[in-house]
Amino acid sequence: MSTVTAQAPPEGADVRQAEFDAKITADQRIEPRDWMPDGYRRTLVRQVSQHAHSEIIGMQPEGDWIASAPSLRRKAILLAKVQDEAGHGLYLYAAAETLGVDRADLTDRLIEGRQKYSSIFNYPSLSFADVGVIGWLVDGAAICNQVPLCRSSFGPYARAMVRICKEESFHQRQGYELLMRMMEGTDAQRAMVQDAVDRWWWPSLMMFGPPDADSPNTQQSMAWRIKRDTNDDLRQKFVDMTVPQAERLGVTLPDPELVWNDQRGHYDFGEPDWVEFKQVISGSGPKNAERIARRRAAHEKGAWVREAATAYASKHAQEATV
Amino acid sequence: MSGDNIYTALSEEHGGDARWAFGTGFTDALAGVDTTLPEGVDGRDLALYCQMLGDDALVQAQRLIHWVTDAPELEEEVALANIALDLLGQARLLLSRAGQADGTGRDEDAFAYHRPAAQFRNVHLAEAPRGDFARAVVTLLALSSTRLAVFTRLADSRDPVLAAIAAKAVHELAYHRDYAVSWTLRLGDGTPYSHERMAQAVADVWPLTGEPFATHPAEARLTDQGVAVDPATVRAEVHEVLTQVLTTATLDAPPAFPEPVLAGREGEHTPELAPLLEELQKVAREHPEATW
Repeated sequence: MSTVTAQAPPEGADVRQAEFDAKITADQRIEPRDWMPDGYRRTLVRQVSQHAHSEIIGMQPEGDWIASAPSLRRKAILLAKVQDEAGHGLYLYAAAETLGVDRADLTDRLIEGRQKYSSIFNYPSLSFADVGVIGWLVDGAAICNQVPLCRSSFGPYARAMVRICKEESFHQRQGYELLMRMMEGTDAQRAMVQDAVDRWWWPSLMMFGPPDADSPNTQQSMAWRIKRDTNDDLRQKFVDMTVPQAERLGVTLPDPELVWNDQRGHYDFGEPDWVEFKQVISGSGPKNAERIARRRAAHEKGAWVREAATAYASKHAQEATV
Repeated sequence: MSGDNIYTALSEEHGGDARWAFGTGFTDALAGVDTTLPEGVDGRDLALYCQMLGDDALVQAQRLIHWVTDAPELEEEVALANIALDLLGQARLLLSRAGQADGTGRDEDAFAYHRPAAQFRNVHLAEAPRGDFARAVVTLLALSSTRLAVFTRLADSRDPVLAAIAAKAVHELAYHRDYAVSWTLRLGDGTPYSHERMAQAVADVWPLTGEPFATHPAEARLTDQGVAVDPATVRAEVHEVLTQVLTTATLDAPPAFPEPVLAGREGEHTPELAPLLEELQKVAREHPEATW
């Protein structure tokens, strides 16, 4: 009797685990109400909220150029793009909330520096060409990372990614189109584009994360089908796609080791500076402090507005029930 | 999987189709609209009038842009960006019309990037410093209420281009006003502290609320010809709207609007406009030969 009761809970847990595993193996989606292992939930909360934070902090490098965009058409496009990024942040926070976390808490984790975001946004945007290069390379790398996530095993994340990827593809095109236009312009414009490519190329390669050998989370995330490809595979895919685009644009990618390898059927390329990557990801990048300070300032400055909205809503909710 | 096709879009020819970013469509708003000047209308008057309405929108959008990455909530950043995009769209159409009307053929960018402050025709309320969120809300409430009242009537303009621009804009402006109203209510009737800040914002903004109702001579001539709307005719209506909104938000009923005196419409501006334009124009002016 006592043996049966002692064994029942593990049996139940085993059954749930077996059901979960079967769903993953069959490529079915895990939904918020389904049972899931704690580690799976934790990994997703970390990944989805870091992704949301990246969208929000990612508004800043380009947002800095909206006010000075050199034509009204470019101004409107850039404003629409940065607005989309705020929207992406909102979908992703909503996806994270289905896992039982609270957006306000995630915001605190961001502005207190307790949670990371993509290292790329800690580099400065120095000229208007950066707007184009961020669209082409940074959004391009993001798409490479994100297209496989449309098949992520967690339903709300996968569905958010479908919509985000569609918009990201517009973003990438606007960036590339701006660069094409600039390359057809003056010598000064072409120099601006090359300078921006020189500065953003290596940080873009770092967006795929550390090499597979140094990526402790990759294997488990792939087993859970949260991630579908390794960092190095995605990085290779990005390089292979980007080189012909760079040739067409007429810019030089700043890597002397970049060469087509007929045997592999891929481009060979140099090793990003992983020491720099670790510094930037751990908070010592050129713009880490400034990016977080800006978000924190907006949040703190707006506290009285949010309190007023809450007070108003509760006052009028009471009226409605009276 | 359809997502895998995203990259193929890049290898396709770029056929000059600029409509892939939401809110940036431009030519469509005037597709099929007759752009010849209505008979008897002075092109210089019409160009000036288009600059007045266009500059109000452009300068206000330029102020609003700075809320993106700086608002109290992400939802407000999305909403204010949306409002700025609408206004930018209105400005582009109106400034393009100005270039058609005055016969110079100047495009929207020639007006936006290559005029000095003294040639801008916006009212001071649009160029005033953005201040805190309460001030932004009051400014938006006053500007959108006034513009909505004018544009509702402008949709019947004898100039088919102005009529088309206004018909499209009234839907946008109604949303801008709704947004400002919703925040006026929340802040006015929120906490004692937000109430106080709203009352202060109304007091700060109010001295600027009279100017938009001053009638410029070009506006008067165009109004007689059925092309423009004399802003003096919407003054009472707008005051009633603001009074209703502010009192519903438990704020004091506002005093009468200050006496309307022409200023920005004549090119006379506060010192706030020059730095705003410096930021707007700097990249374009550094590269006068460039195409973007």
